[in-house]
Amino acid sequence: MSVQTFTPDAFHRQAHEALENPQIRANFRQAMDGLMSKRRDSFADWDLETLRELGANIRLRALARLPDLLERLEANCQANGIRVHWAEDGEQACRLIRELCEAREARSVIKGKSMVSEEMHLNAHLEAAGISALESDLGEYLVQLNEQTPSHIIMPAIHLNTDEIAGIMHDKTGIARTRDVDTMTAAARLQLRERFMAADVGVSGVNFAVAETGTLCLVENEGNGRMTTTVPPVHIAVTGIEKVVEHLRDVAPLYSLLTRSATGQHVTTYFNMISGPRRAGEHDGPEEVHLVLVDNGRSGIYQDDQLLDTLRCIRCGACMNHCPVYTRVGGHSYGTTYPGPIGSILMPHLEGLESTKDLPTASSLCGACGEVCPVKIPIPDLLVRLRREAVGEGRGNVRGAGAKRSRKELAAWKGWQWLATHPGLWRSGTAMAGRLRGLTPTHLGPWTDYRTAPKPAKTTLHGLLKQRRARRAAEEQDA
Amino acid sequence: MSARDAILKRLRERADGPLEAPESDFTVMTGRGWTAQERLERFERWITSVHGEVIHTSRDGWTESLAGVLRDKGVRRLALGREHPVAAAAREALAGGDIELVAVDRDIESWQRELFESVDAGLTSTGGGIAETGSLWLWPTPDEPRLLSLVPPIHIAVLDAEALEDTLHDVMAGHDWVAGMPANALLVSGPSKTADIEQTLAYGVHGPRELVVLVRHA
Repeated sequence: MSVQTFTPDAFHRQAHEALENPQIRANFRQAMDGLMSKRRDSFADWDLETLRELGANIRLRALARLPDLLERLEANCQANGIRVHWAEDGEQACRLIRELCEAREARSVIKGKSMVSEEMHLNAHLEAAGISALESDLGEYLVQLNEQTPSHIIMPAIHLNTDEIAGIMHDKTGIARTRDVDTMTAAARLQLRERFMAADVGVSGVNFAVAETGTLCLVENEGNGRMTTTVPPVHIAVTGIEKVVEHLRDVAPLYSLLTRSATGQHVTTYFNMISGPRRAGEHDGPEEVHLVLVDNGRSGIYQDDQLLDTLRCIRCGACMNHCPVYTRVGGHSYGTTYPGPIGSILMPHLEGLESTKDLPTASSLCGACGEVCPVKIPIPDLLVRLRREAVGEGRGNVRGAGAKRSRKELAAWKGWQWLATHPGLWRSGTAMAGRLRGLTPTHLGPWTDYRTAPKPAKTTLHGLLKQRRARRAAEEQDA
Repeated sequence: MSARDAILKRLRERADGPLEAPESDFTVMTGRGWTAQERLERFERWITSVHGEVIHTSRDGWTESLAGVLRDKGVRRLALGREHPVAAAAREALAGGDIELVAVDRDIESWQRELFESVDAGLTSTGGGIAETGSLWLWPTPDEPRLLSLVPPIHIAVLDAEALEDTLHDVMAGHDWVAGMPANALLVSGPSKTADIEQTLAYGVHGPRELVVLVRHA
């Protein structure tokens, strides 16, 4: 399989290619159908609306107090022996992590799943400095072996089927070709155990950072997160600044919402709560724990009352699983770290609208994403807002605002507006269009790729009503 | 200006002005009102649904159940603590038998490969259990370190039936976790698993393939 590069500015082409690939369509269709019904079942015993309300409320409270909570998190982490670092952007965060590795003369880094590290392209940065970075989540491991990027934030290898994975495991790790999932899993276990033992540094993400106690919470099923944060002598946790919550009690509802929304699980195998390095007398755990807090555009989103809701996200992926667009085009088509609806409202802030201007239009605004969001982010409203920003009709406070502004389109709408507000012109114009309907072009740009071109009616609605009135008047006269 | 100060400044000088923090109502997370029997049934139903095994035993005779589990699973080397009453009782009961008892009160650096490659099972105590999700909660100690419940292919956990509570919220509040968290606190709900290969469930990807819970009844 060749290395593919996907970029957000090629969304339309990538989406077309994915739509023509029956393998990708089948993989996503099957997976997403399963996830939707599992999610529904897992909430069966719950008062879901009350729980979502609480989840949204916890995230809003955390955001309302964000600067104070970050300081409190920092102070409590430091009191626990965790060293806290701040980074303005991904580049700075990469540099920080590389320097921490170099200070330990680290040659090999083992990674737990972390979307923010994908966002800042940490692996490439470390590799360039001669430090190997290996993903240990099975899905991430497979994707990395295949020189790809994740196509889903929870299930990174969802675009690959068993046959493809059998090929990857055989070609890249040298095991005998097998389609048996248990055999492949056992092989990966052995391969990665060697790497856990040899790793100098473990890098993980964070699901919730608790300000009150200086605790980093990680949610996982495999145990690779626990390995990553326990076996190597150094653990570096990296997270976006919005992941902080105020109280320890805030994590229970968010954890309930996260696992059920993501995969329909009532709970994950492990909930790992880290409040410091190995303490005196303890026999395992890292000697050093670092927390890297990354802004990378988030404080910009924070400025705006409407856009702020984007930061509530707990990265469950339910919006993707339920999106009729994502389900069909798959994760890679978006060409971004975060695909699907959440990606379409987040990536424009991280990368600017210049390259991501098409993403907010990758939605039919059916509303499914907003309906399933466990923290009630009004995703459709945010998609509309970003569409406005993209054409320069918003507040202009999003990077690259106006990138999609087109003079031709603007002139067309202006003309339409002018016609529609001048009744005389409107009537004669529409009557004319009806008479000349035979001349309507059959190709009208992308509109007619999948539709037949609209043809004006012979008689306008106004005309039809006028005729009916005349007919009725005549009938009354006859009577 | 440092990155820290610049970020905090931007957050504090928010363009659309300060935000109001709502109060939260946690009623939905507590007050299940289950009886001890209901708690036990729920716990067992959930943890077995994710491939955990539950063995009911008594406070007095549990080490015999442990010996039975070890025999059935062919465990030859068992890692366990020394001081916790669970570990102490297990050591006493298994002393002089065929099963080698592996000490864990030594720095991991000195025996990492041994732990990873030649220990068949790890025995741990638990702080308690959560009925709503079928979870165990563990606070690893120098006596029972973090990796004991993670690295060996089988994890055997001892849970007292009366240490089952309704929800995670109840456990955190009831045991005042806020007052002092350990370096590592864990919820364990079943053996390690993955569904990353075409959504096919496989157990034991990185952590234990099997989780056996010995539930001790008074």
